[in-house]
Amino acid sequence: MGFFIETLIGGLMTGMLYSLVALGFVLIFKASGVFNFAQGAMVLFAALAMARFSEWIPQWLGIESKFVANALALVAAMAAMVVVAWLIERLVLARLVNQEGITLLMATLGITYFLDGFGQTLFGSNIYKIDVGMPKDPLILFEGLFPGGVLVSQEDLAAAVIAAALVALLSAFFQFTGTGRALRAVADDHQAAQSIGIPLNRIWVITWSVAGFVALVAGIIWGSKLGVQFSLSLVALKALPVVILGGLTSVPGAILGGLIIGVGEKLSEVFIGPMLGGGIEIWFAYVLALVFLLVRPQGLFGEKIIDRV
Amino acid sequence: MAERAVAERPTGDVILDVRNISLRFGGVKALTDISFNVREHEIRAIIGPNGAGKSSMLNCINGVYAPQEGSITFRGRTFDHMNSRQVAEMGVARTFQNLALFKGMNVIDNIMSGRNLKMKSNLFQQALRLGAARREEEAHRAFVERIIDFLEIQAYRKTPVGRLPYGLQKRVDLGRALAMEPQVLLLDEPMAGMNVEEKQDMCRFVLDVNDEFGTTIVLIEHDMGVVMDISDRVVVLDYGKKIGDGSPDEVRANPEVISAYLGTSH
Repeated sequence: MGFFIETLIGGLMTGMLYSLVALGFVLIFKASGVFNFAQGAMVLFAALAMARFSEWIPQWLGIESKFVANALALVAAMAAMVVVAWLIERLVLARLVNQEGITLLMATLGITYFLDGFGQTLFGSNIYKIDVGMPKDPLILFEGLFPGGVLVSQEDLAAAVIAAALVALLSAFFQFTGTGRALRAVADDHQAAQSIGIPLNRIWVITWSVAGFVALVAGIIWGSKLGVQFSLSLVALKALPVVILGGLTSVPGAILGGLIIGVGEKLSEVFIGPMLGGGIEIWFAYVLALVFLLVRPQGLFGEKIIDRV
Repeated sequence: MAERAVAERPTGDVILDVRNISLRFGGVKALTDISFNVREHEIRAIIGPNGAGKSSMLNCINGVYAPQEGSITFRGRTFDHMNSRQVAEMGVARTFQNLALFKGMNVIDNIMSGRNLKMKSNLFQQALRLGAARREEEAHRAFVERIIDFLEIQAYRKTPVGRLPYGLQKRVDLGRALAMEPQVLLLDEPMAGMNVEEKQDMCRFVLDVNDEFGTTIVLIEHDMGVVMDISDRVVVLDYGKKIGDGSPDEVRANPEVISAYLGTSH
């Protein structure tokens, strides 16, 4: 039983990280109707920026304190993401107003390749580390309940708390502020939004900056766990089934979808894996997403697709 | 409604002046040399058979299309090209022929989004819900409630607009435009696809808006009956050309207008 709970918690933690990347997809889709294939590349770009700035800034400014260096690097990396958002709006989206979704998807595919390459040109293509002082020692819980207790990684726990806070913040922003409403308006209808005086270009810069911020948080957490390297941009591929599961337009869906996939793949790996010869973790998410596409294509919380005839 | 004589309504100076507008899409001439004006506080109709260029005309005024020739003067400022947002900032609101509501939102949020230009607090104040931002939001919300009462859609406040019947969606569309407190309201076929009762309701709302808020109204219709009852002056378009302009009675008696609508044997 203790082992089961341990696996479950481990799954939940990993799931939270998937959610974080999935959240980036959902944000941009909600606010601009664009399926942003470049989210993974943005995670990589943000993580690279963070890793290198935290290395360079102490050299440039001669700062000793690790905390100050990290804080400055965070600000610099966020600024880089805002610049990226602004450039994407200026050079790509502004030229594609009122175009089909598929055109915009192709454009983000292009952005993906560009960001992957450009990020590594700017920041180098080695493996870097991010050290923001995440606690590394495991924690042992419920020792009284189970023999040996339950082993929980403190790093995962911290990541989960950060992710949860971020999600709550973003949901509130979308639901309760005027700007959030304007973002949703642009997502629904470009032309109507313009007719009531919502500036499309500014809204897009805001959306992509917020997605950049989420990418940065995801990049820091993943990066401090696995190291910053090219494979980080592939994490996004794991977030795709999460988005399908949760629904493209739902923030809670992205969270729950991430948790389900995180838990599902860990549990199935441990308990069903041996029967099938293992390796389930790799494909479990995709099979689950496929089943959902067949049974409930709008996802758990997505808006139901109803056509007026 | 019909008995409201045109002379009773005080109309003011020219607020919107459209001069020699021509609009082409490739080889297709959507509008050819159209000129007309709109006076303050009046209800001005643009009518014509299907494909006459009515919506194109409205889209030129609204800044969605850029006409190749001609100019538009709004409150003394002349433009030959402007975009939708600038037009909105100058106090022109519009509704859409094919509803363009924000489907994922409820009625309140849809109408609230029309207050966008009136919101003064910035992103950070809103995000932190500071006192000023919160008070502002509440004031806008109160204004929106007045519109909801006015349009008699209190019962549907929290309903996602996609679930409302067509006639009510049209009202929400009107409500969103009213939330901008426009000086000029452009209505693109506000009565299209409605039954008789819904049309009467919509006529009443249009007249009340004009009466109570003094809003100048430019409306497009292809159903002549409705328009003649409520408009002060009517422009008639056919195949992108202006074929009539004047009071409803003058227009009704114009042989060119009659032939455009009924067809004549040449």
